[in-house]
Amino acid sequence: MADTTNRWAAGVIPYADMGYWQPDYEPKPTDVLAAFRVTPQPGVPPNEAGAAVAGESSTATWTVVWTDRLTAYENYQGKCYRVDPVPAREGQYIAHIAYSLDLFEEGSIANLTSSIIGNVFGFKAVKALRLEDMRIPPHYTKTFQGPAHGIVMEREHLNKYGRPLLGATTKPKLGLSARNYGRVVYEALRGGLDFTKDDENINSQPFMRWHDRYLFCMEAVNRAQAETGEIKGHYLNVTAATMEDMYERAEFAKELGSVIIMIDLTVGYTAIQSMAKWARANGLILHLHRAGHGTYTRQKDHGVSFRVIAKWMRLAGVDHIHAGTVVGKLEGDPNMVAGFYDTLRLGRVDPDPRKGLYYEQDWASMPGVMPVASGGIHAGQMHQLLHYLGEDVVLQFGGGTIGHPMGIAAGATANRVAVEAIIKARNEGRDYFMEGPEILRAAAKHSRELDVALNTWGDITFNYESTDTPDVVETPTSV
Amino acid sequence: MRITQGTFSYLPDLSDDEIRAQIQYALDNGWPLSVEFTDDPHPRNSYWEMWGLPMFDLHDAAGVLYEVNECRRAYPNRYIKVNAYDARFGRQTTALSFIVSRPAEEPGFRLDRQESAGRMIRYTTHPYALDLPSGDRYPQP
Repeated sequence: MADTTNRWAAGVIPYADMGYWQPDYEPKPTDVLAAFRVTPQPGVPPNEAGAAVAGESSTATWTVVWTDRLTAYENYQGKCYRVDPVPAREGQYIAHIAYSLDLFEEGSIANLTSSIIGNVFGFKAVKALRLEDMRIPPHYTKTFQGPAHGIVMEREHLNKYGRPLLGATTKPKLGLSARNYGRVVYEALRGGLDFTKDDENINSQPFMRWHDRYLFCMEAVNRAQAETGEIKGHYLNVTAATMEDMYERAEFAKELGSVIIMIDLTVGYTAIQSMAKWARANGLILHLHRAGHGTYTRQKDHGVSFRVIAKWMRLAGVDHIHAGTVVGKLEGDPNMVAGFYDTLRLGRVDPDPRKGLYYEQDWASMPGVMPVASGGIHAGQMHQLLHYLGEDVVLQFGGGTIGHPMGIAAGATANRVAVEAIIKARNEGRDYFMEGPEILRAAAKHSRELDVALNTWGDITFNYESTDTPDVVETPTSV
Repeated sequence: MRITQGTFSYLPDLSDDEIRAQIQYALDNGWPLSVEFTDDPHPRNSYWEMWGLPMFDLHDAAGVLYEVNECRRAYPNRYIKVNAYDARFGRQTTALSFIVSRPAEEPGFRLDRQESAGRMIRYTTHPYALDLPSGDRYPQP
């Protein structure tokens, strides 16, 4: 137990001795819990490093202040109650910290994050720091709106069940005029995709202003809807410099009859919560592109794990979020991605070190967020995608649709035939993961589009080792 | 044209054996089946006519398939779909829904555009079949 005899002597005393290290503390059901990966500076004991993180993310400053004594400070202090060495990562520890619910404003991601990742990440006594996971108690969860619609409502609204949804991002990312851009949307949707998407950096540039893009895209959406008899959508990106601009764009998307809009993670937590509120009030699905997250989620030693971002975004209220593909071109260890998907979709998540999940998370009936898999995936991987990612997911094939030798609509059809064939085979009880290539080849007999897609991309894979891997798995995993 | 609503519209039409396999999958998951039909295939027509109540207590795939074929016999010129419903807490929605019959001729949809100010267009998707009263919309086979 820490020595607190000199707790109130003026000057600098260890954080552990100021009450931030409490190995006997039993977290309360109402506490917010956080697991930090701490790499202390040489000479700093792990308990002190954990206590320092608890202190700097709650009430502490660098020196003793007498004004603490005007408060019931024990209540407001973050309490580091456990520090475990990380297996096979020398010098790293997981510090578990409990925070009283009173530290946080109700329903505010900005406030929660200003506390938990506010000052502490620049703190000198730790060489590196990573927020690995959080447990948000139902008491706090219930103060957030949550997804504007959620997976169930989205499917009922779109009238699409029993299979992953399919999408594509319009390419090239930059330079298309509004009219040419809408052509890509029309072809992809009429060919069989459910959604097309603006890219994260398509906002309102000189080559294509937002107003013009929205008009042409909605012509494309409605044409494709009439061609197929299915509900179609294009994620109109409303990301802009100010909230006023975003609301203006979102209102126009609504007036045009779009079923969905999108925002980028770069707009910030408060703007995301505002748009989630708007999306629920106005009946549009809200897609979030996680632009920029790789800057702080990818490296294992420092930053914030994506599973924490996923948790915050479910609270904040988005309906879609990009969460990894496992088999595509972007970072994503299969176990870690499974942890992200569980966090987004399940009603209750149990701790599972293989998936990097440190805590149980009870979502208290908050609807699930539809994960989106995007980046370097194609029809030939459909069995793997279903195996790793499941059914409640949007699979987005940008290059894998638009790059089809027979054209965009053919690329879309290839993807749709592939997903339906794999789902059908799975439901028939076949080992679709092992027999995937055969199932797809058989389906291609009825679909020249799929046949050509398989011949073009059939064996393209991206086998690189992931950097963000669970500690308990000895060998880095790749597919 | 071919309306592509439902889980398997991009595959060749399912045979009775293939339909039975999908029904079995639903039953194995504890999802009761239901059969619905319509002659208004508008994509936002949420309420197709129910061929009786959902078959909560029918756990035999052949029995469900029998109902599908009875519905086909009664309505040979309509769209018919099979739905599987997952009543589990946290889901409580349709889990699988696929078309098993369609009219021989599918005329499709007309897209109506109402032009207004600022290049704004209001779109309406109009099924050609809806110009006739229900029951007369598709020719008898």
